[in-house]
Amino acid sequence: MAGNIRLEVVTPEKSVVSEDVKIVVAPGNLGDFGVLIGHTPFLSTLKVGSLRYIDGNNTERYVFISGGFAEALPDKVTVLAESAERRRDIDIQRAKTSLERAQKRLADISKKEDFDFMRARTALERALHRIKLSGSRA
Amino acid sequence: MATLKDVLIKIGAVKKTKQITKAMGMVATSKLRGAQQNMDGFRPYAGKFAEVLGSLAEKAGEGSSPLLVPREEVKKINIVLCTSDRGLCGGFNVNLITAANDFVKESSEQEVHISFTNFGKKGRDWCRKNKMQIDSEHLGIVGAKFSFNIASTAGQKLVDGFLDETYDEVYVVYSEFVSMARQTAKVKQILPIPPIETAEEEEVDTENPYQAEHICEPSPKELLGDLLPRHVYVQFFSALLETSTSEHAARMAAMDNATKACDDMVDSLTLAYNKARQSAITAELMDIVGGAEALKG
Repeated sequence: MAGNIRLEVVTPEKSVVSEDVKIVVAPGNLGDFGVLIGHTPFLSTLKVGSLRYIDGNNTERYVFISGGFAEALPDKVTVLAESAERRRDIDIQRAKTSLERAQKRLADISKKEDFDFMRARTALERALHRIKLSGSRA
Repeated sequence: MATLKDVLIKIGAVKKTKQITKAMGMVATSKLRGAQQNMDGFRPYAGKFAEVLGSLAEKAGEGSSPLLVPREEVKKINIVLCTSDRGLCGGFNVNLITAANDFVKESSEQEVHISFTNFGKKGRDWCRKNKMQIDSEHLGIVGAKFSFNIASTAGQKLVDGFLDETYDEVYVVYSEFVSMARQTAKVKQILPIPPIETAEEEEVDTENPYQAEHICEPSPKELLGDLLPRHVYVQFFSALLETSTSEHAARMAAMDNATKACDDMVDSLTLAYNKARQSAITAELMDIVGGAEALKG
């Protein structure tokens, strides 16, 4: 590896990650993709999932992403997500309650109205990913 | 003339009012700091977003999304009116409502139907009083802590409304935070999306030779379809943030003025009190002196 690439993860509320890393693996809508330094300019939408990267000290780190998009440049990766949390910052209790809420709502709606149904489903998806990621911690 | 006691009571009352305005001013100051932090936190996201969108819009070309196409006949307009929930902030709400009112007057000449989406109680009350159609109202958001979710949920409704032709145009009336001392009411069109400024030329070819072409996944058109609604939410969120920040700044200034006015009043009342007291003492002295003179004689 010829060097480190800059990773920036920003949400409308704050900047979550800003550091030099060795590799980034992001959950693209058409499949996960990895970015090393010198990547060709690339733009992709992201789905709900986890973003992985290996930081300067060779530690693997995880960030939860609730969809958004990413721009890769040769020396920089910018991830714009609607919300993002590092694994250690995930509020597991909150994720569990929102999981229950979403499950209940899905059971209640049963394709009554598309809009609410979609919302509940994405909420469910977000909660599941958060719980999974937080549970994967060694 | 007011008796000594009356003046004293009045002084006490004004001092108490001053305590209240001072406390409100301090609350506004600390909330303003929070609001400004939110704005600062949002700036990198908004900046990056605009950059990406600009380069993409250029590539995808015109008419690539229905959100970009202006309607030939504009019959139905939705105005998103952002105001505060509470008063005591000087001319803040008045300015916003005047801006909205001017806009309504202007467009009613062309026989368009106008409906409102209200953020904030003051605007909502005004709409009710003037029998405007209110499509939805959101209270307790402006001036408080809110997340991007609020903007995207409300924004999505507007985008859907635009797509199914409930609305032909959507505008936001919000308060721009120019500086601590200046907030101006602004009207901004958000749908159809006005032409997007493309990335600055110099940035593209000199600074970064790689920036020329992006590989897109999925295609630029699909990507744009995904990003444009988000662009609306981003615009919307920034309008809400600016309005919140402006509200606190306006309240801070208003309370500052009120506190100063209280000080002035206390000063002039104290002066009046002292004068009255002095003249009472003088009168008493005159009495005593007069009495003594009478005894001597």
